[in-house]
This record gives sequence, structure tokens and C-alpha cells, in this order.
Amino acid sequence: MADSLLKVEDLSVSVEDKEILSSISLEVNAGETHVIMGPNGAGKSTLGLAIMGNPKYTVTKGKISLEGEDITEEPANERAKKGLFLSFQAPVEVPGITLSEFLRNALEQRGGKRIKFWDFKQETEGNMGVLGMDEKYLQRDLNVGFSGGEKKKAEVLQLLMLKPKLAILDETDSGLDVDAVKTVSKGISEYMDKCGGSLLIITHNTRILESLNVDKTHVIVKGKMVEEGDGSLVKKILDSGFAKYE
Amino acid sequence: MKEKTKVSDIDRNIYDIRDEEKDAYRIDEGLTKDIVEKLSKEKNDPDWMKEFRLKSLDIYNDLQVPEWGPSIEGLNMDEIVTYVRPNTKMSAKWSEVPDDIKNTFDRLGIPEAERTSLAGVGAQYDSELVYHNVRKEVEEQGVIYTDMESALTGPYADMVKEHFMKLVPPTDHKFAALHGAVWSGGSFVYVPPGVSVEIPLQSYFRLNAPGAGQFEHTLIIVDEGADLHFIEGCSAPKYNVANLHAGCVELFVGKNAKLRYSTIENWSKNMYNLNTKRARVEEGGRIEWVSGSFGSHVSYLYPMSVLNGRGARAEFTGVTFAGNDQNLDTGTKVIHNAENTSSFVNTRSISKDGGVSTFRSAVVITEKAKNSKCAVSCESLMVDNISRSDTIPAMDIRTRYADVGHEAKIGKISDDAVFYLMSRGLSEEEAKALIVSGFADNVSKELPVEYAVEMNNLIRLEMKGSIG
Repeated sequence: MADSLLKVEDLSVSVEDKEILSSISLEVNAGETHVIMGPNGAGKSTLGLAIMGNPKYTVTKGKISLEGEDITEEPANERAKKGLFLSFQAPVEVPGITLSEFLRNALEQRGGKRIKFWDFKQETEGNMGVLGMDEKYLQRDLNVGFSGGEKKKAEVLQLLMLKPKLAILDETDSGLDVDAVKTVSKGISEYMDKCGGSLLIITHNTRILESLNVDKTHVIVKGKMVEEGDGSLVKKILDSGFAKYE
Repeated sequence: MKEKTKVSDIDRNIYDIRDEEKDAYRIDEGLTKDIVEKLSKEKNDPDWMKEFRLKSLDIYNDLQVPEWGPSIEGLNMDEIVTYVRPNTKMSAKWSEVPDDIKNTFDRLGIPEAERTSLAGVGAQYDSELVYHNVRKEVEEQGVIYTDMESALTGPYADMVKEHFMKLVPPTDHKFAALHGAVWSGGSFVYVPPGVSVEIPLQSYFRLNAPGAGQFEHTLIIVDEGADLHFIEGCSAPKYNVANLHAGCVELFVGKNAKLRYSTIENWSKNMYNLNTKRARVEEGGRIEWVSGSFGSHVSYLYPMSVLNGRGARAEFTGVTFAGNDQNLDTGTKVIHNAENTSSFVNTRSISKDGGVSTFRSAVVITEKAKNSKCAVSCESLMVDNISRSDTIPAMDIRTRYADVGHEAKIGKISDDAVFYLMSRGLSEEEAKALIVSGFADNVSKELPVEYAVEMNNLIRLEMKGSIG
């Protein structure tokens, strides 16, 4: 029996008193890759944001635990420190803070100690190499004026730098051209290989899953878990769509 | 783009440590003819200056307190001590400065900055300069950097008399008149034609005495084709009585000359900062203001640029941070008074914990100023729901041949951005501090690295809410 990493039990989530998710349960064990599928507006992103702890999303019922510890009430930064990561569907632009400054700040906050400049530089440049990112991005303001593809690459760069235990990827592949999807996939494989990570992938696409071994698939429609299965469910859904669940 | 400096934790205490008062001479509270005469005598003024002071006092008594800005009711002039002489003579060696005063400047990092990155330093403690020194190589270039008192009687006495309060006459407003009557301390700088001062000069103003006023006068003349960067820093420990700062800065920028005037102001939160700064720029000259306003209870501060010669240019880059119990009314004025002049204003204001931050600007383009260009951009950020931010831009354009642009943005700190940073492990406080520092980077990018660090430290300090 694998070690339980993330456990979501009977979770209901509301935004401004409107229920978005009801009674969702899932469990991701260490080293596993899970996929969440569902039509637009089903509540997939909400699930990612609620697991990460966005205060806009109120948990009205249920529990989220990480490695057996209840984190339902923890602020996002504590969840991050415990090893959770969310790659945003729409990464936020933050003017006046360079990508480099931000990465260093995040690493130091997590580790609780200063990072040597040289170590930081080497690791960052290595990871940027994997993602085919120009190093000049380090000196640009965080996500400001980045193209859709560069924003997603910057998310994966953060993933590689922060080495979380579990990464939630919210449509990290959407809106990318074929080459960018390849690059991003390479980054994600790198994370799985080097960090022994686990994944919860929200996607509409199979390309990003090609190099990954999917352990479990969850289908969410209108805020409810309607079906679960192994990796083969992904293809079935892509062939038949969500109509039968609605 | 420059690499931004890391922010390390600092302690508000370095600003707040009060020295025991050991002043040698302290004039009576309040403001009367008798007090002004005593002060003038104490300072061995030349006759013209004594008359100037008395005339200014009359003007002061005639003028009304401005009614268009934040309330200054808490300021009672009968309770302000206008002159406190520290118990020391001015020295060019830190070792000769009394230990308690030297320690204060040590904590503020002044002697260290002098060693590493400044061409000259003046340090004022209460009403007088206690330290003044300029590097030999700068002196050899013919640059004069001295305290105002020495300048009044020294070889440049005529030049001082010719320029003193000509740009900011005592009739300008009530507190300019007050300044004319009781000014003390400050710096005089003269840069001869064609001389470029490679590293900055700095004056630091420290007000230690409770219930006192500081009225330093800064007069800088940058002659034709010369170039200077001058830095001004100010701080004071917190007392429960009102302190007043009514300094005056007059800058004369000659033909094709360039002056950058940078300020990081961190007065304590019992201070009324009613400061007046003005620059006149001749043909082809350039003034660059870099201004960070963090302290004081109430501020009225609008550095003004008079573009008096063809092709003259002004840039104003400012950031104002108003926290709890602060009402900071800041901005700038520009007068375009010649053809082809240009001005660029870029400000950011931040308000938090109920603080009020107002951006106020006035741009005048006279009929003479054909083909002039002016661009004003101001952005405000409110960190919470109880703070306030206002923008009051005024424009008076008297020629059809001018290119004028104005852009204003007021917004609240973005919850999405805070969550994004928190999801990477930053605490809410850290995330907000980082966003606010980033917001203020128009100014930090323009400052020498040590000052950018100090400014980021101040922002972090304010964001942590440890209000001194």
C-alpha cells in the first residue's frame, strides 16, 4: 500500500454562497499521477484553488489532508511549505518584482534560510535550459507582458525550483502550441523523475499526458464526481465526451 | 534593467532612539520679534540677514494658514522651539563629534555611507550642522560644499545673498515666511562650470529635541554644463508633542547643467512636514527629483520646477507611503516658461491602516512655452478598506502648441496577486510587502543601491505595521 499524500474527503466548496463543488473525495498517493477531467465550468479549477487554500473559496463541508495532517484551515503559504504547489491556469502579473527576485524569495521562505547566489544561479539556469527559456526572463517583472506560453513555462520553472511533494497543474497545457506543450511536458517529466513528485492534472488534452503514466482519472461534472477509473478512462472521455453525465 | 536589492529585516528602533537632551542653547518657545532677534544674534547674522528675518516675521504674521490641505490644527506655534543648538561645534572629523550624536549618525549608517559611496557629507543635529566634510578630490575640482552659516560670511557670501530665498520668497506662503524668520543650518553647494561630480553629496537632517522645529536651508547652484547628484535624508525619534519641519530647498540649475536631487524622508509620526523645494532650470538644463516620503504626521510637499530656458527639462519620480495616523499631501509643480521645455512626472502613492495619501500636482504651460511637452502619470494603491487615496491634478495650458498627457490609476491591492505569492510559500505580510515594494519600484530603481535598500526596508517596516 502506497503512502497517502493528499486526501480530499467529502469536500463541498462555495463562492459567495453559491455551491461550486459538492461532496468531492479523492486520494493521491506518493508518486502517483491523477487526472481530473470535466466540461468547462464543472468546478475543476475550483478544486485546485480550494486544495491550495484560496480564501475566496469557502469550504462548507469536508476535509483536506496532506500526509495525514488536516490542512483545511491552513493558509496557502503553510500548505506550500508542507509541499503543495499549484500551477495557475492564469498566472498573475506582479509588476516591480523580477522573476529572479521572486524565485529566490519563495525558496528562502520555504527553506527558512538564505540561498547562496551561486547555487541559485546554477540551478535556475539549469532548469531554464530544460524549458528552453531565455535567461533574460529572470530580470523581467514576474509574468508581466509574458506570452501565454512563457507564463506557463515560468510556472513549470517554479515547480522545478520549489520541488513540491504534490503539484496541481491547472490546464498548464492549454493555449500552447505543439512545441510549447512538448517543452512543458519535458519539464513535468523532469519534476517526476528528479523530485519523485506526484501530480494532479486538470486538462482537456492528452498530449501532456503522453509521457506520463496516469494512475487514476476523475471526472467532475456540475461540481460532482461522476466517474472514476484508471488511465484508460482518459481516452474514453475524449472519444465520447461528457454528454452522458449531464 | 537593474537587479533589485534584497530586503533584509530592520528595526524601527534605529530611528526611534532618543538621545538625552544636552543642547547648549535653546531659545524660548513660540515666535516673537524678540525671539527672532535673539536667534539672529546667537547666529552672528550679517545685518541684511537680521533684517530679512524680521521682515519675514512680519509677513508670517500677516499670512493665513492654508486651508486647502490636511489639517495642521495640532501644530501650535507658541509651543514650538525654533532654535536648539547642539552642544558642539561643527567638525570635519567624526572623532570630534560628541559620542551620543556620533552614535546616532552611526546607527543611521551615515559615516559608513560616506566611506563607501559619497563625495561629501553634512550632518545636521537639531538646528546646526555638527559635521561637514567633502572629499579632497571633489574640493580640488572647485566644488564648494559647506554649511549655510559659513557660506553667509565666507568667500561666496555675495552669491548666497544674491540667491537666498529668491526662488522661494517669504511671501510665497506662511511657512516660507516662517522659514525666512527662523531658518538655521542646512547646506550650500556650488558646482563651477563644466564640473561633473561623479559621486553624490549628502546632507542628513536629524531632529532630536522634542517640541522643536527644524528649518534648514539648502541652496545649490550648479553652474553651466556642470553635473551633481545631491541626496537628502531626514529622520527623528517619536515624541508625543508636535515637531515641525519647515525647511527650504532652492536649486539653481544653469545652462546645460544637470542636477539630481534625491530625498528619503522618514520623519517620525508626530512631525508636521511643511517643506518647500524649488528649482529653476536654464536653457538645456535638467532637474531630476527623486522623492520618497514615508514619515511625518502631516506633510505638504510639492517640489516645483521652473523651466526657464529653452529646452529645459524636469523629471519628478516620487513615492509616498501613508500609514496609520498619517495624512500626506504630496506631488509636484512644473512651470513651463520657455520653448521646447519638457516635464515628466511619475508618482506612486500607497495608503494603509487608515492613512490618507493625496497626490496633488500643478502644471502650467505659459504662452511662451511653445512646443513643450508634459506627461503626468500617478498611481495609487490602497492596501486595505479603511485607507484613502486622492488625486488632484491641475493643468493650466496657455498655448495651443503643447503636448500634454495625464494618466491616473487608483486601485486596491489585488487579492489574486496576494494568493499567488502565498501559494509559493510567502506569508500574507511578505506577499503584500513584496507587491507594495514592486509598486514603488519607479523610485527604488532611480536611487543608489544603498538608498533603494533603505527604502525597501522602510516599506517592509510599514507593512509589518510596527508603527513607531
